[in-house]
Amino acid sequence: MYGVKGRVLVVDDDTALSEMLGIVLRTEGFEPVFCGDGARALAVFRETRPDLVLLDLMLPGRDGIDVCRSIRAESGVPIVMLTAKTDTIDVVLGLESGADDYVVKPFKPKELVARVRTRLRRIDEPADENLRIGDLEIDVSGHAVRRGDEQILLTPLEFDLLVALARKPKQVISREVLLQDVWGYRHAADTRLVNVHVQRLRSKIEHDPENPQIVTTVRGVGYKAGSA
Amino acid sequence: MSVWSQFVDAADHVVRPLRQAWRTSVSLRVVATTLALSLIVVGLVGALLLQRICSGVLDAKVRASVVEAGSGAAESQRLLDAADTGPTTPTASRLVDTVTAALAQRAGSPGLYDVLLLASPPKTGDEPERGTNLISEISVPPDLRISVQDHQRQAWTYTDIRYLDNHSSPGLAVGAPLAIPGVGKYELYYLFPLSQEQATLDLVKRAVFLVGALLVLSLGGIAYVVTRQVVSPVRMAARTAEKFSSGQLSERMSVRGEDDLALLATSFNTMASNLQDKITRLEDLSRVQQRFVSDVSHELRTPLTTVRMAADVMYENRDEFEPAMARSSELLQTQLDRFEELLADLLEISRFDAGAATLDPEGIDARSLVNRAVESAEPFAAAKGTKIRVVSPDESIFVELDSRRIDRVLRNLVLNAVEHGEGRPIDVTLGSDGTAMAVTVRDHGVGLRPGESSLVFNRFWRADPSRARTVGGTGLGLSIALEDVRLHGGWLEAWGEPGDGAAFRMTLPMKSGAAFTESPLPLVPADAGPRVHASLATPYRSPRREGIAT
Repeated sequence: MYGVKGRVLVVDDDTALSEMLGIVLRTEGFEPVFCGDGARALAVFRETRPDLVLLDLMLPGRDGIDVCRSIRAESGVPIVMLTAKTDTIDVVLGLESGADDYVVKPFKPKELVARVRTRLRRIDEPADENLRIGDLEIDVSGHAVRRGDEQILLTPLEFDLLVALARKPKQVISREVLLQDVWGYRHAADTRLVNVHVQRLRSKIEHDPENPQIVTTVRGVGYKAGSA
Repeated sequence: MSVWSQFVDAADHVVRPLRQAWRTSVSLRVVATTLALSLIVVGLVGALLLQRICSGVLDAKVRASVVEAGSGAAESQRLLDAADTGPTTPTASRLVDTVTAALAQRAGSPGLYDVLLLASPPKTGDEPERGTNLISEISVPPDLRISVQDHQRQAWTYTDIRYLDNHSSPGLAVGAPLAIPGVGKYELYYLFPLSQEQATLDLVKRAVFLVGALLVLSLGGIAYVVTRQVVSPVRMAARTAEKFSSGQLSERMSVRGEDDLALLATSFNTMASNLQDKITRLEDLSRVQQRFVSDVSHELRTPLTTVRMAADVMYENRDEFEPAMARSSELLQTQLDRFEELLADLLEISRFDAGAATLDPEGIDARSLVNRAVESAEPFAAAKGTKIRVVSPDESIFVELDSRRIDRVLRNLVLNAVEHGEGRPIDVTLGSDGTAMAVTVRDHGVGLRPGESSLVFNRFWRADPSRARTVGGTGLGLSIALEDVRLHGGWLEAWGEPGDGAAFRMTLPMKSGAAFTESPLPLVPADAGPRVHASLATPYRSPRREGIAT
């Protein structure tokens, strides 16, 4: 073990599950912090400055969606939702409120750890790479995106998504490939993750998100960087 | 296009809307029937009336005219007989003139009638003939003359009185024989103009027509008003029923009075209230059910997650346990997998039952879906030594569907085929015809016994209860697949023959919500044995199930 790999804030009201999550996370070398009350989640978040948040969507005190939104409003920290609901409306609502990924209960410890690792992976990323796409400049090592002099703030996940597309300009990249590159899924059919995050990315980088020029949709196949 | 067919077309344009109106409008039918029948009745009555008035007016005139003519003729004869006084007999023309003048005087001024004094044949040519007021000889019909000449007595008929100045009027001709001593046989004709009577009759006729027309029209109007009284409540009932069936459950008819129509409205409203009650109760039930499913989902899943994780931690460290403990943790692990699957499937089924399942369509290449499903089944197929052959078109098949659901259906069909395929190859075929796409999954395993092809979709159905499950399936897979396909408005059908394997065919519309009538691929495989007959499942072709509107 190389000491602490990252601090993970677990926001869940079920003490048994919290404790179990703690055991698993600790075994894997993470440092878990707990919060069992949605109303206090933001305060705990500010206090502990975690590297990742595991957030249960159904919380007493304050709705998980709400908590997700307020954390996202002040930080780009990776958020992984824990949800018992698989209906599209619930999943999309969670993703749209700012979560990067979700794990459906009941999940296996390995599955959860894989999700957490993927989201924290960026810590050991290679250096020095500069990409251009449209009128955007991407400094991969510096995790910065600029349009002229203006800095565009992206969450790490949105940044990863943009880099994955920008590395292969003018090439169509399928949702499955994006799921593998950005989210680390190997055999996943859930394209809602990609769709929602591409929307969110567009709302930040496109001049007109309704008529995207930088990240364009290729019907039935996937997305590509740069217009046709 | 010929002129005739153009005409037929044009006629069709006129006739079709009329026929349509005739079929659909009760008021039109009633009004038209009333108009037709009242037209006949009024026509008959009017004709009878006219005939009675006509004969009444004319009979009087004829009687008076005949009497007048009779006395005139007698008078003239007397005058002539008196003039026959031997040698001083005046000339024939004087005699005739005298008679004519006397008759004209009798007629008065202006003349009530005209007279014609005509010589009867055989004529010598110098018999004088006279008439009053430019009356023309052709005013007397030849039949009348013959009748008078033959019978030598008075006769009459209707005629057209003509004058030498070319005007004419309807009239009555009364003729009588007249003997002029020393001259010969004559006929005296009285011509009574009937203009007065004609005018009266014309007036009556016009009046009868006018009254008849008014009567018919007002009867039509009355019929319209009366039908409306009956039809408009019926129409209102129809409209209300329509609104009701389109979901406006609080729609009711207004009840007025205590007649039959009010009774209809009352019964309708009672029925509507009862239906509304039932539907509301069902909706409540469905909402409770959905709520319950959602709650169970959450409440069960959270502890299950903890158990699952705990079991996993134990399982990871089973090497450190003594054998019994290690095996227990293994069993715990596998049964938890099974439990999880079962829970997930049960929740999915209850979501369908509650009508809470929603379609989330997106555009996708069907080939990638098929490939993905086959790839995911590869490891299990390899373990069974089964080869999966995929036949799909070279060009992409772009379809709109809920890829999560259809992916699940395809995985299920392929895994199912591997499970029952006895290690023999499995054929997965993809096809499309522009409106629908189809995937068939064919295995060459034990097949299905007659009647089983419809049972396979039943919940927890097993072909052979003693057969061991290797994939572990929950027994709900095909039921869920059927619901998934039905949600898309598609078909999922099964075919099987003992010893000849089984085939499943999924047919979906290419565009979400579109309709199709046939599948691009045959359900019964081409390589099927000769005994293929009525073991086809009744295909599920019900329309997409709608959730109850709330």
